[in-house]
Amino acid sequence: MKQHSSTAEATNQPVSSFLCLKLQQQLGVLRLQAELELPLKGVTAIFGRSGAGKSSLINLVAGLSRPDCGLISLGERILFDSERGINLKPEQRRVGYVFQDARLFPHYRVKGNLLYGCGGRLSESFMQVVKLLGLESLLGRFPATLSGGERQRVAIGRALLSQPDILLMDEPLASLDLPRKQELLPWLEQLVAQIEIPVLYVSHSLDEIVQLADHLVVLADGQVQAAGALADVWHSEAMRPWVPVQQHSVLLRATLSHQHADYPLSCLKLAGQSLWIQAIDRPAGTVVRLRVHASDISISCEKPEKTSIRNLLKVRIEHLQPLPDQQRVVVHTRLDGQLLLAHITRWAADELALLPGAEVWLQLKCLSLAGQDWVVPHPSANAQCG
Amino acid sequence: MPGDVLAAVWPLSAYEVEALQLSLKVSIVAVICSLPAGVFFGWLLARRQFPGKTLLDGLIHLPLVLPPVVIGYLLLLLMGRRGLVGQWLDEQLGISFSFNWQGAALAAAVVSFPLLVRAIRQAIEAVDQKLELAARTLGASPLKVFGTITLPLILPGILTGAVLAFARSLGEFGATITFVSNIPGETRTLPLAMFSFIETPGAETQAARLCVIAVILALMSLMASEVLSHRARKRLL
Repeated sequence: MKQHSSTAEATNQPVSSFLCLKLQQQLGVLRLQAELELPLKGVTAIFGRSGAGKSSLINLVAGLSRPDCGLISLGERILFDSERGINLKPEQRRVGYVFQDARLFPHYRVKGNLLYGCGGRLSESFMQVVKLLGLESLLGRFPATLSGGERQRVAIGRALLSQPDILLMDEPLASLDLPRKQELLPWLEQLVAQIEIPVLYVSHSLDEIVQLADHLVVLADGQVQAAGALADVWHSEAMRPWVPVQQHSVLLRATLSHQHADYPLSCLKLAGQSLWIQAIDRPAGTVVRLRVHASDISISCEKPEKTSIRNLLKVRIEHLQPLPDQQRVVVHTRLDGQLLLAHITRWAADELALLPGAEVWLQLKCLSLAGQDWVVPHPSANAQCG
Repeated sequence: MPGDVLAAVWPLSAYEVEALQLSLKVSIVAVICSLPAGVFFGWLLARRQFPGKTLLDGLIHLPLVLPPVVIGYLLLLLMGRRGLVGQWLDEQLGISFSFNWQGAALAAAVVSFPLLVRAIRQAIEAVDQKLELAARTLGASPLKVFGTITLPLILPGILTGAVLAFARSLGEFGATITFVSNIPGETRTLPLAMFSFIETPGAETQAARLCVIAVILALMSLMASEVLSHRARKRLL
């Protein structure tokens, strides 16, 4: 996924494996303009402030509104082309749309809602989706009797059962309170890991994106600020406004190796080096994503001996950058292609005489890797980001 | 027939039964035949913008504010045997509205049409169009969306409108007597029969009996409307 800079590059790529958006739309004062090639694989999060044009963008994909001009194609299928006068109706586009407000049909039971998009047939996939989303006990109920989280699960199931080529989700968690969010998020994680169609996920929550997305598009005032693999965009300038300096963090990918024999800890491998986190119940070989805050990392020029800190990584310094407070510097380091940031005081940096190219030891506090800060991205992400 | 039930508890004269049955027949036919047009115009006014919309809205509501005798007179001009449309219908299709119960039903339909359209229009305006869009993304054509989403959701409104129109049809007097006159067994509905009794010296008792029947009938239909729409609405909340 990239904003293609030249047309030559665009024509070289097989058109069949992307969702191509090249469009313009004037929405009141907002001018929505996008030139994107999104992979038809995994979860692409569309991130931005409210009013940035996120929902408008997926409404265009769904055919619920019409661009002023441009092209929308999904794989080999052209959904919209102003030049050729093609504009497929929403019902012809085969998109599954999960709305922020669920939009279940109040006069159908859950089962009727689920079957609406698949012609009322009870198929094998019906049972799969019902099981995947835990809807067994809800089938006979009317939407009015469901909780917010349950409604969203039904809405997701309904969209999936219409057998779409792509799933569009417009902030499915935004209208829920915190307990409901926490209830639904694991379902979503499981879902995106199991379905084979691409997902466009609109959100203004970085937590959700870190947990679910493989790719990220940042929108501001209707313009694409950045687009690419999650980790790349995450570290890019486009994310600066949303992640204050104090909360600098990076995303690391590591592979689960084995469990500690005596303590409830799991060993992760990262470029041949070991990291220990609180025990997680996943099979060895699982790739996990770690969110590491720069303020949780300290630096040592020699390998620390006899230290209580278990997680040490040998890395090479790329460069140093002073923080605006003039008290601290950010040390950019790289390990096997993955970026790691450490916040240290200017004093320490001067005294240790840190220079680009030097090899140092990073000390990571064990607990900073545990709990909600680790997530498992879904399998299709492995091939792309790895 | 409700008339038979009524006759069992309160013996009615043949004359009263005749007027009651005619009234029910005229009103039911009037409502059923105008229902599709009511849904169409209700939808048109609720969902579409087009030039002349205000004029159409005004025309539909005209019977509500015009004296019924004017409606009857206009119907006579248009739909009578010598009328602009009536003559053509009579010659080409053999359909006649003059001085028969079908004419009475037409008069009732015209006069009650605004009530039907108003109720349906309000119901359609209350339907969340986002639900219809959601149905479109699930592969449903606009027609299927109307049949499976819009129509079921406006059912309470349609019922309310139909019962209002039914009650208004039962009470229709001025347009009927002007258009199709007051023919016993053909166009003499309850109000017309009552009018005849009031005009006849010494028939006060008969007039009073018909008055009671009219009140009971109107009350029953209003109550039925409440129960039906309440039942339909309860599922949606």
